[in-house]
Amino acid sequence: MTQVLLENVSVQFLRYREPPQIALDHTNLSIEEGEFVCLLGPSGCGKSTLLNVLGGLFPSSTGKISVGGKSVSQPGPDRGMVFQNYSLYPWLTVRGNIEFGPRLNNWPAAKIATITDELIDIVGLKDYAGQYPKVLSGGMRQRVAIARALAMEPHVLLMDEPFGALDAQTRSRMQELLLDIWSRKRNTVIFVTHDIEEAVYLADRVLVMSTRPGRIIEDFKIELPRPRFAEVVASEEFTQYRRRMLHLLRH
Amino acid sequence: MTIAMSEAEKMQGSSERRPQNLVTQRIVTYLRPRALLSSGERLTISAFGVLLFFGVWFLVTEAGWIQPFFLPSPLSVTKRLFEMVASQGYLIDVWASVYRVFGGFIIAALAAIPTGVLIGNFPFFRSLLEPLLSTARYLPATAFVPLMIIWLGIDESQKIAVIFIGTFFPLALFIANISEGVSNDLLNSAYTLGASSRQVFFRVLLPACVPSIVDALRITAGIAWTYVIVAELVGADKGMGIAILQSQRFLLTDQVIAGIAAVGILGVITDLLFRLAHRKLFPYMY
Repeated sequence: MTQVLLENVSVQFLRYREPPQIALDHTNLSIEEGEFVCLLGPSGCGKSTLLNVLGGLFPSSTGKISVGGKSVSQPGPDRGMVFQNYSLYPWLTVRGNIEFGPRLNNWPAAKIATITDELIDIVGLKDYAGQYPKVLSGGMRQRVAIARALAMEPHVLLMDEPFGALDAQTRSRMQELLLDIWSRKRNTVIFVTHDIEEAVYLADRVLVMSTRPGRIIEDFKIELPRPRFAEVVASEEFTQYRRRMLHLLRH
Repeated sequence: MTIAMSEAEKMQGSSERRPQNLVTQRIVTYLRPRALLSSGERLTISAFGVLLFFGVWFLVTEAGWIQPFFLPSPLSVTKRLFEMVASQGYLIDVWASVYRVFGGFIIAALAAIPTGVLIGNFPFFRSLLEPLLSTARYLPATAFVPLMIIWLGIDESQKIAVIFIGTFFPLALFIANISEGVSNDLLNSAYTLGASSRQVFFRVLLPACVPSIVDALRITAGIAWTYVIVAELVGADKGMGIAILQSQRFLLTDQVIAGIAAVGILGVITDLLFRLAHRKLFPYMY
């Protein structure tokens, strides 16, 4: 079933005394339910713009967007978002951050408690549930942010370079954790990155984007077996995908 | 020049050609921008600065280089301050001023916090209020004293009004700036969790900027203390400002200085109380 559908979507930024900048050229895209899709491209290619339009944080200039059959114009809890800089609420504990969404939406207390406990367990922060974000490492903060987005049980998880600020080891562990969570929850994931290896390692599909105007230039199906582990990076197929994407991004 | 030299010397290490003594080495360090000093060293330097100030003051007065009429020694100022408190009912003056300062300041804060938060986050209110407010900031609060006397007479309300005018405008713009600085991502993540405008305002925006607002109050409280003297120029029979003015009329220089010092001490105490409250209220920041 099609989960995310973009028809003729474009984004233009109006500029003073200059022709409008086309951040995202007319784009058609269809993403299946439960698919893990990576948007890959250099900075300025409109991948974050596309994500923000999907999240309802930025209006598109033309076209139609629908998620789960419903038309999108505003942000909503059916599309959870995770940002690069974590953006946790510093005045709330780990638990408080995760249950923030359900509380806003007045879910029953018992349900909130069950979901929060489960998520704290999944992201491995049981010992830190009562701590404030300030004392957590970058990787831990991002785990809280992921759990917070998942608490609303979104159909689609939108992730904007979530591991971009992490060191290489932490990033690799977070990728494994994300795949583990995804294999349990089976949300649709749209993941923005500029890291080819990250894209190939995580995704079912990698959409390579190019800049000026921002558009999708290639749609790769990644047919590496799952579950994937860090060793897959060394395989022949992986190298093949990587070489082809590198070639695209260079030219 | 100094930077380049000190860097070069650091590279040379122990085998440098020109051996330096400890004092030159410290001076070179002190002249390096953003040099790292231990907390002990910083404390020592602070103590040195304070002691130097009082030392010079003590020296020039006790040696008789300056007449006590112009500048009494720190000892006699301290003694006079204790006498004022012990036998001249100075605490009544202190209370009168504290009352005015906090009266005016609290009213200003109650008005400035909502004004600032609205300007900082709602383009409508920004367009509506900012031109007036940023102009008003340049109007000298002291110039409002005559107007306040015409409007309010010369009782307490006039004095509180002067403090209010002196602190409201800078505080409102300060808070506008702070609340505008709350990261968009923080708001956006709340929107994507299904928050309404109202929920984003009360449950994200306000908690996110309250700690900085308390800090802004601390800084602005200092301004309130400086206006208390002007506020008491007319029609006050007690207060720390009028106490200083009366001492000047009787040429009691030591009492003038003691009065000024007392305002300073109360200012520092206010500052400390705010810092303490900040730590207690926002433990997640420390």
